[in-house]
Amino acid sequence: MASFFFGLPLMVQGVAKGLAVILFIFPVAAACSMAERKVSAWIQRRPGPNRTIPPMIAWIPGTGILQRLGLFQLAADGGKFFFKEEPLPNHVHKFYFVLAPFIAMIPAFTTVTVVPFGAYLDQAGAVVPIMLANVDIGILAVFAVASLGVYSLILAGWASNSKYPFLGGVRASAQLISYELSMTLSVLPVFLWVNEPGSAGSLSLARVVEFQSQPGFWGGTWFIFTMPLSAAIFIIALFAETNRQPFDMPESEADLVGGFHTEYGAFKWSLFFVAEYANMIVGSAVFTLLFLGGWNPLPWVPLSALLEGLHHLTGSALWIHPLVAGLLSIGIFVGKVFLAIFFFMWVRWTVPRFRYDQVMRIGWKLLLPLSIANLLAYTVGIYFLQG
Amino acid sequence: MAVIQVKRKDLTLAERTYIPQIFGGLMTTLKYFFKPNETLQYPEERPAIPPGYRGVPTLVMDPHGREKCVSCQLCEFVCPPKAIRITPGSVAPGTGVDHVEKAPQAFDIDMLRCIYCGLCEEVCPEEAIFLQKQYSMSGYSRSEMVNHKDRLYELGGTLPDKHFKWDKKKAAEDGSGAHH
Repeated sequence: MASFFFGLPLMVQGVAKGLAVILFIFPVAAACSMAERKVSAWIQRRPGPNRTIPPMIAWIPGTGILQRLGLFQLAADGGKFFFKEEPLPNHVHKFYFVLAPFIAMIPAFTTVTVVPFGAYLDQAGAVVPIMLANVDIGILAVFAVASLGVYSLILAGWASNSKYPFLGGVRASAQLISYELSMTLSVLPVFLWVNEPGSAGSLSLARVVEFQSQPGFWGGTWFIFTMPLSAAIFIIALFAETNRQPFDMPESEADLVGGFHTEYGAFKWSLFFVAEYANMIVGSAVFTLLFLGGWNPLPWVPLSALLEGLHHLTGSALWIHPLVAGLLSIGIFVGKVFLAIFFFMWVRWTVPRFRYDQVMRIGWKLLLPLSIANLLAYTVGIYFLQG
Repeated sequence: MAVIQVKRKDLTLAERTYIPQIFGGLMTTLKYFFKPNETLQYPEERPAIPPGYRGVPTLVMDPHGREKCVSCQLCEFVCPPKAIRITPGSVAPGTGVDHVEKAPQAFDIDMLRCIYCGLCEEVCPEEAIFLQKQYSMSGYSRSEMVNHKDRLYELGGTLPDKHFKWDKKKAAEDGSGAHH
């Protein structure tokens, strides 16, 4: 099957892989909404949605657990978005109003192309990352495309042609642009470190993971240990970029009704919703790759060591089969991403929302100087360590 | 009284960075994450009703199975939203309890009007009407929400009687007649 796949034209391979990834991300992004409701409920000592079940399925024994996990609620909610009426208010700019949710989806799904999500060992024992496009610009592409996401919010806010969405759109643009700076600056030390003098320069995320899977104490250290400040700034900026609490200024249902999506309903609204979760997934994935060692199971235990260890322990060559290794590494990576997403939801019920002026103050007066100082400190440090 | 100016404590450096506070908060929410739920799964699980609860008003019988209401209509008069309507009737002679003389022919409580104030229970000289534990009433029509006499007795059942007032009356009547 593998030889058949690799025998296909590159174009078809790419499309197949892209579809596979989208078919994974879309339901996961939707499932995140249920996870969000469940995590919210558990933190508040409630059971959360646990009632919905189609009568036909209720007869099958063992489906009660799915019912209690709210999976059928998720299906019902999703189905509802497809079948309910699409409201299109009279006062909106119709073309841009309809366009905005699609623009929200595009960057959310485009950034996935340069994000590696697993690896396998080839015949020579070298680690080959699994990703849609292993391009050298890596993180640069993520930032470039992800920052386009703000246009959907601005467009939605403006095209809605009413007060609260407009305010939400303005806040969204200010917030997203403010935090992009700190975010970009916070990851620079990582790439300064990875691109040692003399090595071929690369901004690829796979290269960062490869760097964190080297043997030895310093080689296997995840960047969260060596650059905690970078990681902290990155995750805070990520919260702001994905419009999550405590930075939910664009939405701010307390003071702006629904922010930029006040006028949206039904399927268009759900597109914004899924895009937000897709952004969260990609953001968490990038955080995992940069600071949490990507698909390496534990700090100082790279994937190749795990696979070879399993190979020696069980004596079966199954473990180093590309398919098994790939699935295992994807499993490890996705597990870490889910942990990061849980962290997002956990923080939501912990930290109270910031006021708008506080958001701006944290962004410009705190995170930006901190990230610049961090960059300078690491630049000097890396110069003396590697230079 | 002198105004005492309380000096507000300055925030420590750790408090001003906000970071330890966030971690403290995260630990708190995590603690709650692992605690058992407090939710009562309502239709399957019912709350424990405390004694003295004022639920749906009901009519009760005494342990002999005799209806206690003598249709004095005091509850009808005291009812603030005028939810109670009684049609008085007489007790048929020869039933053994005909010395009570009166019993309600019809006794309707309109549960769309009832405000569960408990004045009917308080005013009843016969201890015949009680607000008991039933707290949820539903129906598809207005007429369904009116509890008629049979329904009221069905809801009320029998409560212990400390006095047996009418037995004493009867005994007094049959005996010396001094009490009567």
